[in-house]
Amino acid sequence: MALLEIEKLNLSIGGTPILRDIDLQVDAGESVGLVGESGSGKSITSLSAMRLLPQSAKLAGSIRFNGCELTQLSEQRMCHLRGRDMAMVFQEPMTALNPVKTIGSQIAESLQFHLKMSRANTETRVLKLLDRVGLDPAKFSPDRYPHELSGGQRQRVVIAIAIALDPKLLIADEPTTALDVTTQEKILDLLKELAGENKSSLLLITHDLAVVAQMAERVAVMKDGEIVETASTLDFFRNMQHPYSKKLLAASMLKPKAEKTHFEDSKPLMRVDHLVRRYRLPRKSLFGPAQFLDAVNNVSFEIEQGESIGLVGESGCGKSTLARTLLALNKPSDGRVEFLEHDLFGLSKSELRSIRRNMQVVFQDPYGSFNPRHKIGRLISEPLQLLEHISSSQRHRLIAAALEDVGLTIDDADRYPHEFSGGQRQRIAIARAIITEPKLIIADEPVSALDVSIREQVLDLLNALAERHGLSYLFISHDLHVVRAVTDRVLVMYRGKIVEQGVTSQVFDNPQHEYTKQLLAATPDLAKTLEQLEAEA
Amino acid sequence: MLTTLFFLRRTGFAAITLLIASVVIFGITQVLPGDPAELILGINAQEDTLAALREQMGLNAPVWQQYMHWIGGIITGDFGKSYTYSVPVSELIGARLWISLPLAIMSLLLSTAIAIPVGVLAASRHNKATDVSIMGATQLGIAIPNFWFAMLLVMIFAIKLRWVPAGGFAGWENGIFNGFKSLLLPAIALALPQASILARIMRSALLDVLAEDYMRTARAKGLPRSMVLWRHGVRNAFIPVLTIMGLQFSFLIAGTIIIENIFYLPGLGRLIFQAITQRDLIVLQGLVLLLVGLVIFINLLVDIAYSIVDPRIKGAFHE
Repeated sequence: MALLEIEKLNLSIGGTPILRDIDLQVDAGESVGLVGESGSGKSITSLSAMRLLPQSAKLAGSIRFNGCELTQLSEQRMCHLRGRDMAMVFQEPMTALNPVKTIGSQIAESLQFHLKMSRANTETRVLKLLDRVGLDPAKFSPDRYPHELSGGQRQRVVIAIAIALDPKLLIADEPTTALDVTTQEKILDLLKELAGENKSSLLLITHDLAVVAQMAERVAVMKDGEIVETASTLDFFRNMQHPYSKKLLAASMLKPKAEKTHFEDSKPLMRVDHLVRRYRLPRKSLFGPAQFLDAVNNVSFEIEQGESIGLVGESGCGKSTLARTLLALNKPSDGRVEFLEHDLFGLSKSELRSIRRNMQVVFQDPYGSFNPRHKIGRLISEPLQLLEHISSSQRHRLIAAALEDVGLTIDDADRYPHEFSGGQRQRIAIARAIITEPKLIIADEPVSALDVSIREQVLDLLNALAERHGLSYLFISHDLHVVRAVTDRVLVMYRGKIVEQGVTSQVFDNPQHEYTKQLLAATPDLAKTLEQLEAEA
Repeated sequence: MLTTLFFLRRTGFAAITLLIASVVIFGITQVLPGDPAELILGINAQEDTLAALREQMGLNAPVWQQYMHWIGGIITGDFGKSYTYSVPVSELIGARLWISLPLAIMSLLLSTAIAIPVGVLAASRHNKATDVSIMGATQLGIAIPNFWFAMLLVMIFAIKLRWVPAGGFAGWENGIFNGFKSLLLPAIALALPQASILARIMRSALLDVLAEDYMRTARAKGLPRSMVLWRHGVRNAFIPVLTIMGLQFSFLIAGTIIIENIFYLPGLGRLIFQAITQRDLIVLQGLVLLLVGLVIFINLLVDIAYSIVDPRIKGAFHE
């Protein structure tokens, strides 16, 4: 029996059509995966079901929930459905909770509102809910504030709020996209378990086919505001119909890089020797001893000329601190970094400046890393200040060459960042990094913010540039598939230390350290999941 | 423990700021032209009488000794003696503080009481007629000079309707109610521009908060819009509003100088005005230090209020 039935749903915001003729059905007890790339309209579809749309949204068609037509329902009656019969878990756990209220009061709120329970009566229910989402109330008191919890713990609180009244339908909008893989696995397991326990339906919105294969019984694929394909999960992966689905699948299965293990130049490009970066923590008490945290703890490795080296680990493990130190943006507390046979921290200011042309950086966020008021030509030529005087014709030539290298044209130099898509902006960021013809590029999660189809193109570009210019990469990522697709060797970082390093395929196929094993086991693997599905069928 | 540490740290900063301010105030009055002895004795005084008075007032001592003398006196409650009135400065200030302080507090309370609901109303009706008219009205409230508005109030409520006196102070000894009555119009005149600014800040802060993810989470729980607004929105929006309230207090004090002159209130504002025109530097020094101290104290309160409103501020010390 259908619990949620969306029929011929059309939606426009401010006159712009967003959704076209959406038909989507979620049966009682069923879990459905809604897959699509950013801007495909999957979040808006789920918000339509909750009737949490912006006020300027115009809606036509039908949304039936449990036999009740939601498009006709008054806001007051809708309030009684929301949170009680249908609930939602959001993508960004860091901002989904009110920072000035305790987690207990935020969980209790829906109990108080829907069941008219007094504050005192909710206490035991809140403790039970915390326990049920895996937060031991002895350690995670309801009196704690969201900022005292990690991202995964906050997502558990958000889930506790959602399941407080055993809703019939749970909508989860990219619930694990912002989390580390090990946390992602736990949260997905929790969602599956809770849905099974209550026999509630789950509508899971995600961009990740591997997650869908693990979690959903049925799949719906969205593109540009339309649902292009719906099928049971097994049928979907066995026999895809729509070309877009096929494209999505192809882009999700990244090919491992053909690794280089021999390098012609015997001298390493960069040698990192017992590097430590220590932070002083604020005192816990007025007269207590000072406390320290080694964000980078005794790290040693080498990067060969032309080698691409991966750095993996979960958020907060020290990856970015290490990158900043290697870029000489931080001073190390101990240890040394040799780059092109110079001690990076023994150089004078001007020597450091001239060596910087050989190391450039690409950041994660293709939107935040450009000044929106400057044109592309000016933005990508900024690192040229590091070179000796160059004429304007030379400058022009270098801009053109860099843009062409990343698949853009010289005409793009006169445009502004907002005229480009996320993937194009990341190309521009790469152009900015290669314009000084560096030896080493440090790329900090360069494809994490991109959709899978664009991600593949950017990774291909990075591989091609490495071939063409003999570049070395330090490629920082939390995504093991991505690391495997672009690196020769990999460093696994855990709590400030490198716990394992080696040739990428060897580390991945035969991990030695316990943490590497955990990381690999938690990473959703589409090929493996599909094998399992076939075996079960 | 963390809370006490936070409190001690802030109080320490406040004390250091006040100390630096006292040096600056003393330094400025030193470089101002005018000889206190000549001011007291008049321009026709004999040179030897002047010299004797200078010696008696300690004006011949090194500057740092004069400063130590002044600051040491203040710590024991002795602000010196007025050049023009020949009474202790502390007496002059003490009498007037009981008019200015209630006036400032009244207008601060009044402006907050008006601004918060008005700001919330405007934000909740964003871009609708209510919002647009509130924005227009507050624009007017900021643009109108408060002395002009004060005279308007006097014409309507004191001269036409005769509800309240047009000026002067009835004195607290004649009943608290009468005292309040004489402060009411000046407080309203002072509060108007403050309330207009504060309402706008409240509105924009709340609009920012309304776009936050946690507001959507609260709506997804089923809470009605108004409940989400008051329970989750207002407290978060209060953080920038508190900052402005702290800053406004100093403007309120500046505002009292004009308003007290219009309403013939014998408050601190009028005392400052007189001290400046009569070059009563010792009174001016003491007064300015007192006002600076008040502003620093208010900002200390704002800092503490922050940590109550936003639990993350205490947390920032151990994260």
